[in-house]
Amino acid sequence: MVTLKELTTEELFTSGHRLCAGCGAGTVARMTLKALRGPTVAVNATGCLEVSSTIYPFTSWKIPWVHVAFENAAAVASGIESAYKALAKRNAWDKHVDVIAFAGDGGTFDIGIQALSGALERGHDFLYICYDNEAYMNTGIQRSGATPHGAATTTSPAGTKIPGKPEFKKDFIGICAAHGIEFAATASPAYWNDYITKVRRGLEVEGPAVIHVYSPCPLGMRHDSEKSIELARLAVQTRYWPVYEVEKGKYKLNIKVPKPKPVVDYLKPQGRFRHLFTPQFQRELDVIQHWVDENWKRIAALCGEA
Amino acid sequence: MSKEAKPGWKSIPIAGILLEPGSAMKYKTGDWRAFKPIVDQKKCTNCLLCWIYCPDAAIIRLEKFVDVDYDYCKGCGVCANECPVEAITMVEEKR
Amino acid sequence: MSRVMGLTGDEAIAYAAKQSNVDVVAAYPITPQTIIVEAFSEYVHNGEVDTEFVCVESEHSAMSACIGSSLTGARVFTASSSQGLALMHEMLYIASGLRCPIVMGVVNRALSAPINIHGDHSDMMGSRDCGWIQIYGENAQEAYDWTLQAFRIAEDSDVLLPVTVNIDGFILSHSLEGVEVLEDGDTAGFLSTRKPVLTIDPGKPITVGALCLTDYYFETKRQQAEALKETPRVMNRVSREYESLTGRRYGFVETYGLEDAQAAILCLGSTAGTAKAVAKNLRSHGKKVGVIKPWLYRPFPAEDIVKVVENLEALAVLDRACSFGAVYSALGSDVASALYLNGKRLNVFNVVYGLGGRDIAPFDIEAIFKEALEVAATGLVREPLEFVGVRE
Repeated sequence: MVTLKELTTEELFTSGHRLCAGCGAGTVARMTLKALRGPTVAVNATGCLEVSSTIYPFTSWKIPWVHVAFENAAAVASGIESAYKALAKRNAWDKHVDVIAFAGDGGTFDIGIQALSGALERGHDFLYICYDNEAYMNTGIQRSGATPHGAATTTSPAGTKIPGKPEFKKDFIGICAAHGIEFAATASPAYWNDYITKVRRGLEVEGPAVIHVYSPCPLGMRHDSEKSIELARLAVQTRYWPVYEVEKGKYKLNIKVPKPKPVVDYLKPQGRFRHLFTPQFQRELDVIQHWVDENWKRIAALCGEA
Repeated sequence: MSKEAKPGWKSIPIAGILLEPGSAMKYKTGDWRAFKPIVDQKKCTNCLLCWIYCPDAAIIRLEKFVDVDYDYCKGCGVCANECPVEAITMVEEKR
Repeated sequence: MSRVMGLTGDEAIAYAAKQSNVDVVAAYPITPQTIIVEAFSEYVHNGEVDTEFVCVESEHSAMSACIGSSLTGARVFTASSSQGLALMHEMLYIASGLRCPIVMGVVNRALSAPINIHGDHSDMMGSRDCGWIQIYGENAQEAYDWTLQAFRIAEDSDVLLPVTVNIDGFILSHSLEGVEVLEDGDTAGFLSTRKPVLTIDPGKPITVGALCLTDYYFETKRQQAEALKETPRVMNRVSREYESLTGRRYGFVETYGLEDAQAAILCLGSTAGTAKAVAKNLRSHGKKVGVIKPWLYRPFPAEDIVKVVENLEALAVLDRACSFGAVYSALGSDVASALYLNGKRLNVFNVVYGLGGRDIAPFDIEAIFKEALEVAATGLVREPLEFVGVRE
């Protein structure tokens, strides 16, 4: 745990990027780079963060940064990590370099899951951060495996027949934990201390570490830009986004929510759920609440909490 | 608008590589704003929550309170919404 | 000094990669490239190399990891074939676009569908525009020699482009030959450690892979085209040095019997070996035939081709891949373009052969030579593109 005053004032993710006003990814990137412990290289999958922070000839990054493609952040990170090991072996390199892979839910849950699974199985020493804005936001708000049930996206629109996405969100950290890695965790930028501490922890782990961080999106989630962090907080306080960690298979709940707010408090400010607040589809709100409750029960049980 | 000719293929580094870290600072996003955050520096307790939450690193940390870097502030309003003592107000920007 | 080892084409490539002291190999197995990967794994597990060997979970991740490693300054090698090469197709363009000097052994195999594991050139031809330097070997010796040279060519600061060394699937990959290999000390002299240019170094933070919009993308592509133009000059230098080390001289195009040939066959890879044997036989019976075998396919050695066909009256260009819907197939198109560029009035016909590993036997080659001689005599081309070896 740290205090805000202890954090470095150095901005390794500078102003001047073209992320939307109020973008969670901007906050997440800045917070992440406050947790560095030494030389660090960032790999970034194609997506909002990558595109908006490196429009030639402008770059917001003050650490070495590589973008290769959409689905392979974990594979590229594997290559970089292996190269540093190889260079160290022949004494061409003598410092430890931390490798962080940034990818959205787009480049992680779906098209990126193979590369991530491979990298986790092989045990490369890197930290993978999935900033989750719950859709393929960069290409225009299309649904992803991370989009929650009922959310309207351009490929799962709020129609007269089907109200938003019929499917439910993948248990991403469950998938990561199943690889037997040392550290996997969820986080929310509203809880900056928890997140920054987890980033540092992830860097310190020898081997793969994964953090799944909620990333509000004013444009895609259709909420007021000022409410980004508030929603990131509500997501946790409604138990929609449990904040926990899995250390060598052992689950631990980091943020207890003894008196959860109803999930509609979290859904209401977001235009992507607006269609559910109608007589025709309001039963979906119960479905979502039920999913939140069951998911929380499952996680809480794994964490050894009542 | 700058009418400077952009560099040709012979003068830019290969592979579209950017050599200058943080060159985005040359791109001032302050003109995106419709609303401008004003900090009441007497109310500000220097808790730094606005600073950590700002997506654009547009909060300036001073000795005893914060200020806003209007060159980059996009006027999202997160700082005003998060300030625990309501020291920041969003004011419509007249240009 | 050198010695002769019994090596298959795959083993020869793996051995050359071993002697090149590659830092990282990230690869995924696919028939008939598997022996390259397996041989290398043995080197690693027996402690014969210090290479970081990454058993990636797909070819796409193989090339992704290779790019990451290459950008970090490591010497990188991989290998693939057919579907694997096709799977990494998007990454091929990225590797060349990011100017990564990766060397890849491509064991040419037919592309599905239908699925077929045997040798033809459809895989590499399907990706011929990817911006990589592409070299074809006729036998295991050439596979070995070119792999060693490839690292020098790729890593040269005037080039900085990835290179594929292509060999015919099964025909070369799995056939045992006597290959003259260098001693480790000699390869170390020819191939010192990579001196990387512009790497991702925490001491000098660069941004690689920025979004280049309509105002900058074109310039980086122009730079790539320029690097390919510089490649022959660098290759000449490397090959001259290699010759003084081994006595084996390489260039861009090898010819046989062209001093007095009226008709010739032009083809890539192992088929050239068969063609030379048939040509030798026909020449002993007074037929004026010859063989042209380009080693270099990209950048296409147009000038050399034009020079060597100077006195020919007919040329049969053999393609082991079909460019569906095109006037000529890949090699045929390139040769025709080169000839057109230089105003040559040479009668050319294109032959598509050997798809899916369909054997091309000496009597097939003989028939093609006969047809070429007929074209030379009559000045008439029967069919601009024909299929040889397929059952009607």
